[in-house]
Amino acid sequence: MTGYIHSLESFGTVDGPGVRYVVFSQGCPMRCLYCHNPDTWHLKDGTPMETEEILKKLNRNRSFYTTGGLTVTGGEPLLQIDFLTELFTKAKEMNIHTCLDTSGILFDKNNEEKLAKFHALTKVTDLVMLDIKHMDENEHRKLTGHSNRNVFDFARFLEEQNIPVWIRHVVVPGITNQTEELEALGRYLSTLTNVEKLEILPYHALAVPKYENLDMEYPLKGVPQLTKQEAKEAYAIVEKTWKNM
Amino acid sequence: MENGWRGFKGGAWEKEINVRDFIQKNYSPYDGDASFLEGPTQDTLDLWDQVLELSRQEREAGGVLDMDTQMVSTITSHGPGYLDKSKEKIVGFQTDKPFKRALQVYGGIRMAMKACEDNGYKVDPEVVEYFTTHRKTHNAGVFDAYTPEMRACRSAHIITGLPDAYGRGRIIGDYRRPALYGVDRLIEDKKAQLNSTRIIMYSDVIREREELSEQIRALEMLKKLAEIYGCDISKPATNVLEATQAVYFAYLAAVKEQNGAAMSLGRTSTFLDIYAERDLAEGTFTEKEIQEIIDQFVMKLRCVKFARTPEYNTIFAGDPTWVTESIAGIGVDGRSMVTKMSYRYLNTLNNIGAAPEPNMTVLWSTKLPENFKNFCAEVSIKHSAVQYENDDIMRVVHGDDYGIACCVSSMRIGKEMQFFGARANLAKCLLYAINGGVDEMTGKQVGPKYRPITSEYLDFDEVWDKYKAMMKWLASVYVNALNIIHYMHDKYSYEKIQMALHDKNVKRWFATGIAGMSVVADSLSAIKYAKVKPIRDENGLVIDFEIEGDFPKFGNDDDRVDSLAQDVLHEFISFIKGNHTYRGGVQTTSILTITSNVSYGKNTGATPDGRKRGVAFAPGANPMHGRDTNGAVASLASVAKLPFMDSQDGISNTFTIVPDALGKDDADAQKNLTALLDGYVEQGGHHLNVNVLNKETLLDAQKHPELYPQLTIRVSGYAVNFIKLTKEQQDEVIARTFHATM
Repeated sequence: MTGYIHSLESFGTVDGPGVRYVVFSQGCPMRCLYCHNPDTWHLKDGTPMETEEILKKLNRNRSFYTTGGLTVTGGEPLLQIDFLTELFTKAKEMNIHTCLDTSGILFDKNNEEKLAKFHALTKVTDLVMLDIKHMDENEHRKLTGHSNRNVFDFARFLEEQNIPVWIRHVVVPGITNQTEELEALGRYLSTLTNVEKLEILPYHALAVPKYENLDMEYPLKGVPQLTKQEAKEAYAIVEKTWKNM
Repeated sequence: MENGWRGFKGGAWEKEINVRDFIQKNYSPYDGDASFLEGPTQDTLDLWDQVLELSRQEREAGGVLDMDTQMVSTITSHGPGYLDKSKEKIVGFQTDKPFKRALQVYGGIRMAMKACEDNGYKVDPEVVEYFTTHRKTHNAGVFDAYTPEMRACRSAHIITGLPDAYGRGRIIGDYRRPALYGVDRLIEDKKAQLNSTRIIMYSDVIREREELSEQIRALEMLKKLAEIYGCDISKPATNVLEATQAVYFAYLAAVKEQNGAAMSLGRTSTFLDIYAERDLAEGTFTEKEIQEIIDQFVMKLRCVKFARTPEYNTIFAGDPTWVTESIAGIGVDGRSMVTKMSYRYLNTLNNIGAAPEPNMTVLWSTKLPENFKNFCAEVSIKHSAVQYENDDIMRVVHGDDYGIACCVSSMRIGKEMQFFGARANLAKCLLYAINGGVDEMTGKQVGPKYRPITSEYLDFDEVWDKYKAMMKWLASVYVNALNIIHYMHDKYSYEKIQMALHDKNVKRWFATGIAGMSVVADSLSAIKYAKVKPIRDENGLVIDFEIEGDFPKFGNDDDRVDSLAQDVLHEFISFIKGNHTYRGGVQTTSILTITSNVSYGKNTGATPDGRKRGVAFAPGANPMHGRDTNGAVASLASVAKLPFMDSQDGISNTFTIVPDALGKDDADAQKNLTALLDGYVEQGGHHLNVNVLNKETLLDAQKHPELYPQLTIRVSGYAVNFIKLTKEQQDEVIARTFHATM
C-alpha cells in the first residue's frame, strides 16, 4: 500500500524507547499554534512510498535498532490509518517494535467502520505516544482548532485495549504552563492505568525559519522558549498530582 | 626467577620474548562499573596547571615556545628535564625542558631548517653544513631518485603528503618489552639474532646484520636514557610505577630518535594492569596512587612535540603526534580484554580534562562488557576525545595483541610494521580521466596523454573505462614513489630503537591511501543517474560541470551509489596490488585524509557531483557535507558497506551529533550511543570518531579561543585542539553534517 511520507530519520532517539527508525507521515488536520512541522500539513505534498520500501530500509540496518524499533509520527499518522496498519502489521511479522506518535484527534468512537480500523491497528501497535495538547476544551480549540473530546476517547480506548501509552505534553509559556492546566493533566493521568511515562516537551522556536521558508506567519511570535528548568518544574507539578491522587 | 616476575603465572613468555603470552596468562578481565575510579591528586593538578600555562605561552608565542637549534636529537642527546621534579611520578622529556622542541634532522635537513626558520629560529650553520655536505638525510636521498613524473604528480597534488621530507612514523615499538624483560635481556636476544643470520652475504643479509647491530646500540642507549633520569631499566620492572616508567622511557627513546608523522604507543593498558593488580594485592600502591601514575604518564604523552612547518600543518593540522593507545577488545579465547586499567586510561580525560593526545582508541566489539560500553559512551559524550575501531573485524586479521598506529592502521605489536604512504587524490584522477591526463588547475600534462572525453554529455561507461585506465597509471607512479621513499628511509633514517622492540622477522604492510572517496562516488552517480554536461575552456579543458536532474548520493544507504564507491575502492586496491613493493611489503590502502581533505579540495577543480573548484572534500570516507540527509544510521550504513578487506589500512568516518539528538537524558544518550556503535560494528563499519557537540560551541570557540583552551574535537582518526586549527580548517569542521533531531 502507498502512503504519503514527509521524510525518514534513520537515527531517532527521542521518539520512543531506544534507537528508532522514524517515519514522518504527511498530512495533518490539526493547526496547532506551536506546530514545528507546518511542512507536513498537506497530505499530497508527501512522497508516495510503499510499506515494503520503508521496512526494507529499516530491516537492512536492523543491527542498529536492537534497543528500539519503528516509530511513525508526522503529521498525523492516523490520517493514513490503512497504510499505517499495513506498515505495523508487516513490522510485527518481522518482530520489530512499533510505536505510534499521535494526537488521537481522528479517533471517533461513534463511527463503527472507523472503530474496526482502530481495533486492527492497536493489535499491531506496541506503544502509543499520545500528545495531549490542552486539558481545557476551549483552550484546546484555540490552540489546535479542534475539540479535545476524541483525544480523551482515544486514551480510554487504548486503556481498554491494554496498549501502553506515553503521554506527551508540549509546555508553552502562557498557554500550557499554568499550574491549573498541569494539575488538570495530572488528575487526568491518574484515571488511566496504562500510562508508562510522561514526557514534557519544552516549547522551542526552532521552526521559525521553516515558517519563513513557507512564507507563513509564525503564530507564536514573541513567545519565549521554555527553559529546561521550567520543563522540570512543570513535570514535577503534573507528577505530583498524577501520583498522589 | 626474576624478582620482577614474582607471582606471575609462567609460560612461553619466560623463555622467549612474547608479551602476548604473558598478558594472556596473567591479566584479570574486569566487567564491573566505573565506581572504583579515583580523582586526580594535588600533585597531578599542580603539574597539569603548569602544562596548561606552558600551552598558553606557546599559543601566544605563535605555536612554538622553544626550539633546540644546535644539539641533534638522539636517544641520549639531552640531560634530564622536569616540570617539578618533586611532584613528578613519571619523568622524562624529549629535551632538557618541557615544550622545547628537539632538532631532528635525519628525515631531512631542509625540513628541519625550515621548521626552525618559520618559527623564528635558525639551525646552527655547522649542523647544516654537516648534514648537507657530509651526511646525507632521507629527503635528499629520495629526491636523488625521484623520476620527473613523480615530481610532477607531487606538485600537481594528485599524490600528496608523501613522507619524503619527514619521518614516516606509523611504526609501533613494543614498548612493553623493556618493562617485562629488562633491557639486558632484550640485548641478549638481539645478539642471538645477530649470531643466527645467514652467512652468505647477499645484500639483504648484510642489511639485516647492520640493522641488528644498530638495534643493539639503540638498546644500550635506552638504558643510558633511563640512567640520565636516575633509573635502571636493565632488569624487569618490579611494580606498576617502574613498569609504567619503563614503557614511557622506551616510547620516549623513540620520539627522541624519530619525528615520524604518527608515533603511536600501542596497547599498554591491559599489560600494565597486571602489575597494578599485583601491587593492589601486595599493598604496594593504593588505587589513588595507581591513578596518579597513569594520569602523570598520560600528561607526559600529552607533552610530546615535534618541530613542524606550516605546510606540514595543512596536511596534519593542530600539532598532532598520534600517541595512539589501543584499549579493550576481545581476546581470541573470547575473554574481554577490558581491565581496570582500561578505565583508568579513559579516566584521565575526567581527571585532567580533554586533550587530543594520547589518541584514545577503543577496540570495540559487540561482546565488550555492558558496563564498559556505557563508560566509553559517557566519556565520549563528555569529551568528544575517543575514537572507536572494530575489533571484531581486525581480530580476524591480527589476533588480539595488535594496536592502532596513527588513526586507523592496525598491526600486531612487535611483529608487524607499516611503510606509511599518505594518499592519492582519486577525485583529481577522475578529472584526469576526463581531460586526458591534463591537470585541470594548471593545464599541464601530468598524467599519460590518453584521449580526453569530447562528448557533449558524459557517458558513464566511457568515463568508467577511462577512469580505470587512469587509476592504473596513478597506482603505478604512486607505489613506485613509495618504493623510493622507504628504501631511502631505511638507509638514512632507520628507526633503530623502534625496530629493536620488534621481532627479527617482521611483516611489513605497504600502506597507500585514498582521498576524495565520496566526491568520486557522487560524481560517478551523477554521471550515471543524472545528465552531466562538461563545461570546457578555450583549450577544450573541462573546468566545470552542469548537472541536470537529481542523483543518489553517498551517505543515504542507497546501493545505487554506495556500490560505485565499493567498485572504485576495489579497482584501486587491485591496481595497487599489481605493483612490486620494496622489501616485500604487503599492499593495503586506507580511506583517511587526516586534515588534508581541505588542501586536497583546494587543489582540485570542479567535479561532476556539483562540488565547485577549490571546495574541501569530506574527510576520510565521510559522505560530503550535508548530503547525508536520512539520518545517522543511513549515513553510517553507507560507509560500513566499504569492505575492510579492500581497505585494510582503515576506513575513517567522523560522526558528529548534537547532544540533544542522542537522547532525552544522560542514561538514554549513553544507551543510544552504545547501540549505534554496536550496530556500526555489526554491519562491518571499521572506524568511528564520535563528537557530541553543538555547532554554536565551535562558532563561539572560533571567536573566543582563550575561553576554550581544552576544547577537543575528533577530526579524522585523531583528535585536535579545536583552537589550534587554521580558520579554514575550523570552517570545514563547522560545515560538516551535525546530526540533529528533526
